[in-house]
Amino acid sequence: MSDSNNKEIIEKVKAEFGDSVLEDHNFRNDQTVTVKKETLREVCKFLRDTPGISMKFLMDITAVDYHKKKPVRFEVVYHFYSLEFNSRFRLKVPVGEKECEIDSIHDLWKASNWYEREIWDLYGVKFLGHPDLRRILMYEGFKGHPLRKDYPINKRQPMIGPLN
Amino acid sequence: MGLIDEAVGAFETEVDNLKLNVKDAVDQLGDDLAGSIYDTILTTKLGKVVGWAQKNALWPATFGLACCAIEMMAMANSRWDAARFGAEVFRASPRQADLMIVSGRVSQKMAPVLKQIYDQMPDPKWVIAMGACSSCGGIFNNYAIVQGVDRVVPVDVYVPGCPPGPEALIYGVIKLQEKILSEAGTQEARKRVA
Ligand code: SF4
Repeated sequence: MSDSNNKEIIEKVKAEFGDSVLEDHNFRNDQTVTVKKETLREVCKFLRDTPGISMKFLMDITAVDYHKKKPVRFEVVYHFYSLEFNSRFRLKVPVGEKECEIDSIHDLWKASNWYEREIWDLYGVKFLGHPDLRRILMYEGFKGHPLRKDYPINKRQPMIGPLN
Repeated sequence: MGLIDEAVGAFETEVDNLKLNVKDAVDQLGDDLAGSIYDTILTTKLGKVVGWAQKNALWPATFGLACCAIEMMAMANSRWDAARFGAEVFRASPRQADLMIVSGRVSQKMAPVLKQIYDQMPDPKWVIAMGACSSCGGIFNNYAIVQGVDRVVPVDVYVPGCPPGPEALIYGVIKLQEKILSEAGTQEARKRVA
């Protein structure tokens, strides 16, 4: 498959959204760009709709908790794949602990719906505009978000059972 | 003494002989019958017989939870052949099952489902906790996994291993059979159906 457009995506994104790109790196064509969360939706649209980039496939959304390691606590990470060019692209968006919310992209990729619910469930990052932001893995009535680094490691919240 | 007396004497002797023969024959018959009765009749307690029948027809509920379930399925196939112990009929309905093999880790969300299936099984019923996960949580000591299925349902036999091989599970089934037989006819067995 061609990797004609490979090294250029970072440059293209930077040219388009110069100010809001916080960081970028390219390790053996593993291209990553960190952008401000205000521009997330524009960057996503740009990546999806620009001919020559054409990241039509949203592979994954996940999050990282940099508790006490970085000034901005969370990072939501998007993985895109271009079926046309067989290339991948990673987008990182820092999200602060206080407001802890980010725009949903459920209308750009339908696939993002459950990923966003999962991140809400396990990390507690809110997705603004999400049509149905409920827990997806843990049950109703579960308190807290278990993949946060400050979730007590021994805390158990059983649904039933006398001894848990 | 005429011919008649002679004939009567002979006749009586014959009858006496016959009587003796019959007595011998009847005695003989009695001995034979008694022997055959002792050979064919076994006296026991009803509870023991019931327990013996139950132990040889343990029907597990189809209930695979994680990696251990693969080994549980292997137990039923022809290589390990749980049919030798009467435990190969996996029932799709808990109503027809009397053994629950908890094969794998039980998440907190699954625990109510497991409890419900257990409650739906008719008495008497037994539970085998298969593998480290269902026995004690195994390597998954975290927010999502029940730390041992005995926190939700009573467990009869724990089979250690990660996963236990089919032969280990069969050993567990044999242990359970021993338990059922030794319990048979006692207060414990009565409690199970009460
Ligand atoms: S005991 Fe091991 S094999 Fe069995 S469910 Fe747990 S992790 Fe899987």
